[in-house]
Order: sequence, then C-alpha cells, then structure tokens
Amino acid sequence: MLGHRLSEWCGHGPILEEDIALTNIALDLVGEANLVLQRAGRVEGKGRDQDALAFLRTDREYRNAMMVELPNGDFGYTIVRQFLFSAYAMHQWEALSSSKDADLAGIAAKALKESRYHVRHSAEWVVRLGDGTDESHGRAQDALDDLWRYTGELFITDEVEQSLVTQKLAVDPASLMAPWRRDVADVVARATLRLPPDGYMQRGGRAGLHTEHLGIMLAEMQVVSRAFPGARW
Amino acid sequence: MVTSGDAVSPATLPTRDLVYAVLNAVKDPEVPVLSVVELGIVRDVEFAGPAVTVVVTPTYSGCPAMHTIEADIVAALHDAGIAEARVRTVFTPAWTTDWIPFAARQKLIAYGIAAPAHSVAQSPVQLRRREPVPCPFCGSVKTSPRSEFGSTACKALHYCNACMQPFEEFKSI
Repeated sequence: MLGHRLSEWCGHGPILEEDIALTNIALDLVGEANLVLQRAGRVEGKGRDQDALAFLRTDREYRNAMMVELPNGDFGYTIVRQFLFSAYAMHQWEALSSSKDADLAGIAAKALKESRYHVRHSAEWVVRLGDGTDESHGRAQDALDDLWRYTGELFITDEVEQSLVTQKLAVDPASLMAPWRRDVADVVARATLRLPPDGYMQRGGRAGLHTEHLGIMLAEMQVVSRAFPGARW
Repeated sequence: MVTSGDAVSPATLPTRDLVYAVLNAVKDPEVPVLSVVELGIVRDVEFAGPAVTVVVTPTYSGCPAMHTIEADIVAALHDAGIAEARVRTVFTPAWTTDWIPFAARQKLIAYGIAAPAHSVAQSPVQLRRREPVPCPFCGSVKTSPRSEFGSTACKALHYCNACMQPFEEFKSI
C-alpha cells in the first residue's frame, strides 16, 4: 500500500535525489509485499499468487493499517508518515526474523536491512524539516499531529494474530510499542517537534474498515489487472 | 553432488568447475563490472545427473534486475551445453555486501563506484552516518552524503568536495 502511495511521488519529488529516494523506498516496499503475499498465497493453498492477492482483493479484504493508505499530502507529511511507519516496520521485521516460519523469517531478515535505510533516511529528513525554517517546522508538526491518531492501530492484536503469536509464527504488535516510542521520541526531540498527546485513536483498517481514500487508490492500482484479466508482461 | 551409478555417462556430466566458469561470466546487468558470483548472490550449485540448479538469493526484495539475472544465468548455462538448467531462490541467509570479495571491491572502485563498508547491525536508529565514504576517483575522504538512495536499489549518492565529482556508493547492507 505504502509502496504504491510513494510511487505517486515519481517525477514530483522536491529535488531529484528525493524523487529517487522515495521511489527506491517504494520499490523496496513493493518487493517486500510481493514476497509476503507470495508466501501468504502458498499458506492459503487456494491457488492465489501474489498478483491475485494484490490486484484482485476488494477494499474490505485489505487489512492494512489506515496510515499507509492516506494521501501523500505535502513532502513533510509523506516524510513524517514514512518515519512513523518505517520505525514500526523495522521493529516488526526484526521480531519476525525469528519466526518459526522459515520463509517468513528469511523475508523478514532481508526486509529488516532495507527498513533500516528507510528509517535513517526519513529520520534525517524529520530532523531537517522540524529543526529547519518556521514553515518546515510548522508543516512537520501539523503532519505529526494529524498522523498520530493513526498510530494506535499499529499495535492492536486481533484473534488471528494472537493465535499466530502463540505458535511463534508472528509477533505481538503490542510488544513493538515500547521500542517504537523510544525511537520516535528520540527523533521528534532532535527535530524540536512536540509529541502529540495520546488522545482518540482511529481504528478499523486491520478489520477491513478503511478511510474513503483506499477505494480510489485501489481503483488506480488494480485497473490494468481488472481490465485485462490474466494479462502478462 | 554428482551421484555414482547414474545412467548418464560421467564424461558428459556438467562439473562444478564448468558451471562456475559460466557463472563467472554472467554479469550484474546494472553493475556490469561484477559477476553474479562476485556479487555474492550465487549461494550454491546443485547437480542431479545432467541437470544443474543454481541457488541464488536476491540482493534487495524489490530489485528489478533479479528476473534478468535469472534469465541470464539459464541462458548462459544453455549456451555452455547444459540443457537442464534452472534457478532456485532462497532467502536465508539474507544477502549481505560482506560477501563481495576484496578483488571485486577493487573492480567496483576502478569502475567509479565506492565499495561497501563492512556491514554492521544498526538498531536502534542511527541518525548520524558513519565515517565519510572515500571518493572512488581521487581517494579523498572529504566527501558528503547526498542521498541514501541512488540510481539502483543497491547504491547511494555522495559528492566529493576535493575533486568536485558526484559519485555512487555500493551500499553496505
């Protein structure tokens, strides 16, 4: 999801290096999704491959956190979201790299290395924007304030996940909260930004209930696949 | 391994030496100075009579060159007379630039790409970059990072303040 969102920056980055960086991160994220969905399709055993899972599921069948489907906003918004997400993903991949599912553990070990670059890159930008001009500081703070309500559902555990945790296949998202907060608080402080208070948190994405933005995004992401069923290139 | 008592005559069976000679000539399409063996993505070669399976691990999850590399490997083995050639992908252990040998790093530098430093675990978040990357053109360490990401998934961008040239670094991962 976030890989697709980031790809929308292609040709629109504020500077050439950032255009390249955002689309490189997009490429990593799409690559990781490709591997995870391929593994999921095999486990499901109904003959659905990664393309079927990515391009033929409806919005209600998507279980992503809502944060990643939100429109990109300005560059500051994209960067703050990237940092909040990548810091989470880094800890999640690290924990999953000791999953009892050897395939998932292997995918996670690889994705962990990639996510460290995403965290470092986005964190550097959060500091640069937050500790920059009044304009960039204000925009970064606005982004942080707006996105904060979407961070709560990253740490919710449902029954399916709980069962996988018991089997040592998955990681309990709640256990990622403390290390994630530590990293976020550290970078936010360096950026001279203010951590928003933990007020109302949006939830629903993990249960298939999304923002109005997902349907529009899927329409664009899936149109070729749906218009030309079974097409190969 | 070549098993004894095989139906095919041993003289016609592909050998490890032959397969590696072929693989040493298959270059990374995006960094054509390195072979797939030097890049460290060839993890093993399996033999079953006349059939050869090259075991590879991807560099980056989304690296678009992997499909080309797999096709290039199969095509090169076909050209060498190995009809039953295939590629199998494994994810464990995850690829690291530490597998790129010294001689290959020298080739990278000669090609104008800074070689990867020894990879180190970097959790929790490290905001400050490690020491400057030496310029592959003039050797100066008076360089500044421009971006953690470059023209391909495996490279970062830097600028040399001594010879005033932008250059790429093969990222340490």
